[in-house]
Amino acid sequence: MAKRIESLKILENKRLNNEYFTLELSGNDTIPEMKPGQFAQVKVEGSPETFLRRPISIHDIDPQKNSFKLLIQIAGKGTETLSKLRMGDYLNIIYPLGNSFSLPKNGQKPLLAGGGCGIAPLLFMARYLNNHGFEPVILLGFRNKERIIEYEEYLDLGEVFLTTEDGSRGERGFLTDHPALKSLHYDMVYCCGPDPMMKAVASLCSERGITCEVSLENLMGCGIGACLCCVVDTVRGNLCTCTDGPVFNIKELKW
Amino acid sequence: MVKLGFSIGDLQFKNPVLTASGTFGYGSEFDDFMDVSLLGGIIVKGTTLEPREGNLYPRMAETPSGILNAVGLQNKGIDYFEKQIYPRISTYNTNVIVNINGSYIDDYVALAERINRLEKIPAIELNISCPNVKMGGMAFGTSLNSAREVTRAVRNVYSKKLIVKLSPNVTNIVEFALAVEEEGADSVSLINTLLGMSVDVRNMKPALSTITGGLSGPAIKPVAVRMVWQVAKAVRIPVIGIGGILNTDDALEFLLAGASAIQVGTASFIDPQASIKLLEGIEKFLTARGFSDIKEIVGYINK
Repeated sequence: MAKRIESLKILENKRLNNEYFTLELSGNDTIPEMKPGQFAQVKVEGSPETFLRRPISIHDIDPQKNSFKLLIQIAGKGTETLSKLRMGDYLNIIYPLGNSFSLPKNGQKPLLAGGGCGIAPLLFMARYLNNHGFEPVILLGFRNKERIIEYEEYLDLGEVFLTTEDGSRGERGFLTDHPALKSLHYDMVYCCGPDPMMKAVASLCSERGITCEVSLENLMGCGIGACLCCVVDTVRGNLCTCTDGPVFNIKELKW
Repeated sequence: MVKLGFSIGDLQFKNPVLTASGTFGYGSEFDDFMDVSLLGGIIVKGTTLEPREGNLYPRMAETPSGILNAVGLQNKGIDYFEKQIYPRISTYNTNVIVNINGSYIDDYVALAERINRLEKIPAIELNISCPNVKMGGMAFGTSLNSAREVTRAVRNVYSKKLIVKLSPNVTNIVEFALAVEEEGADSVSLINTLLGMSVDVRNMKPALSTITGGLSGPAIKPVAVRMVWQVAKAVRIPVIGIGGILNTDDALEFLLAGASAIQVGTASFIDPQASIKLLEGIEKFLTARGFSDIKEIVGYINK
């Protein structure tokens, strides 16, 4: 699918809590076909300190409305500026970028594991799995109950399990400690979240011989494979997270 | 119609907008966004004799109006370039120029000999100014003797157009421009990145794995314009201006200061169409001001 550079209209800026918001975007042209795991490079206007675009996962799509959503964590000045955009404003983005999660084989049971902002690409993935006849187990981890986001969105898409580090809601502890990971049957894991969490999930999967794909969040320059800044060390050498990823099979990574 | 072309010796460029090495891949990364053949030329990614993995991640840090990078010349080497890349990019209807790098003078010479045989590559850009490699790179471009030596050695084996890319990390860049001109360079391009550094305060450690890196983007533009102005007054060969060019006005600054052409670098990361947009802008400016040939504005501020 050809990449585009476009200014899209913001249909909604929905504040989820003091740290997260979603932007729903639409344009005059038909939104291109996108796959879960892909991302957009979002331009931040107005400040020389936020010079580069921000890479943001495609969170959800609505073909009927010709719209899609980005889930964004306020992590610095750039995302802070984006959080102030209003309905009707325009956002300049380059998209769709990167590769995507692969589908499980027929009859396989998928498990989605998302931590914090890492849940961003997994809602789209859960829907995509449903559309292809798969019902995933969905495991979501947050620091505490105030930080839980988008939980309800997942409920119709599979069996959902929740953890918080402080136990204020759901199971107490890290996502990787959740009993579901040990008790349930699954054949394929899709994971996105902080590096330590993804590494823990990856090692669990390697031990048990389960296929696992992770979506990486490396710092990016261009997003289109030109600057070679977002590299990750793999069995094939340094690869660009933006074009060879952001989704990698853990067998490829030198973790 | 405004004449936009410029030339290095007998090598014609249809317009003065080129793309800087290391910021435009091999061109094909940008095919979805523009017709690369509309550009005056593209300088492809820095190439070495052997494949290089580059430096460890993190290799980039955002700084006010710029970025620091320490990619370290990651590339697949000249064999891969010749077999896999060259057949593909030689179909572009523009000047495709290869940026060459080495740890030793012999590396540069061997690369130049190889590329001399590639019919569709009309010029090389001799990179003696990369700040992100342990050996060679900027070391050649910050010692007058080394700069002379490597230029002379490459000139002896390379018969097509030789552009030398200069480092700004010197006290007097004019001396370097004059030295490489005397050794037979057909053109100089400047500036490469400025050596810089950034500390990640939250993690209390350097932002880059290499600690220091090369600063590019609008932050360095005034330094670049000053150096281009100084060099253009001193040399007889065409000067190609590089450094923080984002838009038409930025490009015009360099031309008015004495650059015969410009390279768009970091801007392509933020807007992949930046080079094409500012090319259109240059043409509009010339038309609006009643110029018929871009040469009329090159070095205009000195007239």
